[in-house]
Amino acid sequence: MINVPSTIRISIRALRVNKMRSALTMLGIIIGVGAVIAMLAVGTGARQKISEQISSIGSNLLIVLSGASTSGGIRMGSGTRPSLSLGDSEAIKRECPSVQDVAPVLGGTAQVVYGNLNWSTGVTGTTPSMLSVRDWQLSSGRSFTEDDVKGATKVCLLGQTVVDNLFGSIDPVGSVIRIEKIPFTVAGVLEIKGQSPGGQDQDDVIYVPITTAQKKLFGTAFPGMIRMMMVKARTAEDLFRSEQEIAELLRQRHKINPKQEDDFTVRNLTQMLQATEQSTKVMTILLGAIASVSLLVGGIGIMNIMLVSVTERTREIGIRMAVGAKTWDIRLQFIIEALILSMIGGIAGILVGLAVSEALALFAGWSVIVSPFSVILSFGFSGVVGIFFGFYPAYKASLLDPIEALRYE
Amino acid sequence: MGLIEARGISKTYSLGEVDVRALCPTSLTIEAAEFIAIMGPSGSGKSTLMNILGCLDKPSSGTYLLDSVEAGGLDRDQRAEIRNKKIGFVFQGFNLLSRTSAIENVELPLLYDGLSAQERRQRALTALKKVGLEGREYHHPNQLSGGQQQRVAIARALVNNAPIILADEPTGNLDTKTSAEIMDLFVDLNTHAKITIILVTHEPDIAAYSKRIIRFLDGCIVSDEVKKTE
Repeated sequence: MINVPSTIRISIRALRVNKMRSALTMLGIIIGVGAVIAMLAVGTGARQKISEQISSIGSNLLIVLSGASTSGGIRMGSGTRPSLSLGDSEAIKRECPSVQDVAPVLGGTAQVVYGNLNWSTGVTGTTPSMLSVRDWQLSSGRSFTEDDVKGATKVCLLGQTVVDNLFGSIDPVGSVIRIEKIPFTVAGVLEIKGQSPGGQDQDDVIYVPITTAQKKLFGTAFPGMIRMMMVKARTAEDLFRSEQEIAELLRQRHKINPKQEDDFTVRNLTQMLQATEQSTKVMTILLGAIASVSLLVGGIGIMNIMLVSVTERTREIGIRMAVGAKTWDIRLQFIIEALILSMIGGIAGILVGLAVSEALALFAGWSVIVSPFSVILSFGFSGVVGIFFGFYPAYKASLLDPIEALRYE
Repeated sequence: MGLIEARGISKTYSLGEVDVRALCPTSLTIEAAEFIAIMGPSGSGKSTLMNILGCLDKPSSGTYLLDSVEAGGLDRDQRAEIRNKKIGFVFQGFNLLSRTSAIENVELPLLYDGLSAQERRQRALTALKKVGLEGREYHHPNQLSGGQQQRVAIARALVNNAPIILADEPTGNLDTKTSAEIMDLFVDLNTHAKITIILVTHEPDIAAYSKRIIRFLDGCIVSDEVKKTE
């Protein structure tokens, strides 16, 4: 029969005798556990941030851009030659079964004025579909309607950043602002979205009906044209099919023969972001794995010290055996010692990991998330390390010959 | 049948290719409550015999019956249990755990016997009282004199009510006066508590306290005299 509480007491006493040594041995585990927790917190934080950004853009999104123009043999960027029309966006919405909604975009930068305040911001001409495509709600007022689009009325929706800069804390709904000197009535205010994955302020925006933008604000040499459109597929699985349907439809409408290149580009925004998320996940695993190595090294430190301890205490082991300690009494004593070292080190390591994570969030401004899972994982792992690396020294101790051990000087 | 019944036990160590005989086939009967001194020069086999009798070692041949149990063929853990229950050891170098109080040293055998903490404490206190160490229970070995340390060791041998005490040169590290006190304690334990005491010693003065003297030379018993009671 093994007396566990007494064995624990014996182990604690043995560890207290060599305080400095026990502390240094624990340090390996403290650093290991701390590193695992901090690294996983950084990785989880980064992933969380990316998922937030994905959902802030809107889910299941495709972007269709106008093609590139060629001027004197120099190819310009996509969108430089307006090839998409409002008709195209309506056709896609009508004819592509996997598409849920389409929002055309024609925009530019404009100076806006309210009272004696002014602000330079992006003004986007679009349709009410924009709100459903981007999963965007209004925080006050109402959206403009299809009738506003048909009639090219002078109404607008403001992002929160614009409201902050022009109105302060006043409710802007119903006020009249001037965009490029043309008066627009504020119909509603968009909910706060925060930063885009590219780091842009998504709230620094004004939406106006697309027709108004075409006729009054950004009237170009290509009437009726738009710069791009945002397309929402019905489900994530439909994204790929939508891409094909849109490309097919546009080639048909633009009368592009099979040998010619497309005069438009379809981009799958969600997929790009998901790829980023995937790579962040890999990074998290990698960071965790590297941190685990230091935990493993800490475990080897425990084994090292336990082996020294067994040798130093050979005589003590001999005495214990002489008065009746059995194989497992001796083994358990040393395993428990190793376990206590690793568990205390594990608890201290959790605290260090939390502190480091906090410090990273505070001073480096990283988003860190300490998940309970990572705490349980690293604490459990440190316990396993203790038992695993404590077993060999304990096994060695239990095999000593009591006669030899008693004679050991 | 005696308490200890050794029939033709021998011990041979193999050092590489050479076999060294440490103990000739030896037969020995020891009754309960005997007080025996084993004498002989170093390397004469007396320590080997003590190790076998104390179940720290196995004989190479022969049978060893301890309290009618064949102890020669037991495995490590079974021998540990016999040492725990039936044998108390007293060593020349005391072999106490340093940095551990007297009472906890005495409790040590009980720790491996599954007794409750309260009972352990109680029995250890009683044993320390028996060896005259009342009031020193919480001293550490380095705060005790040699004689007192040996008394702690004797209390440790007594605490499990073992019928046999094996003492290997128990006075080897002590001065004459203290040696006499320790030997008086053994005599007392033998006479009053009827504990069988087997003592290894070089010194005839110490052996004189016993009732029977067995002499060893080159691994064999050369004489076995029972002292006539006056």
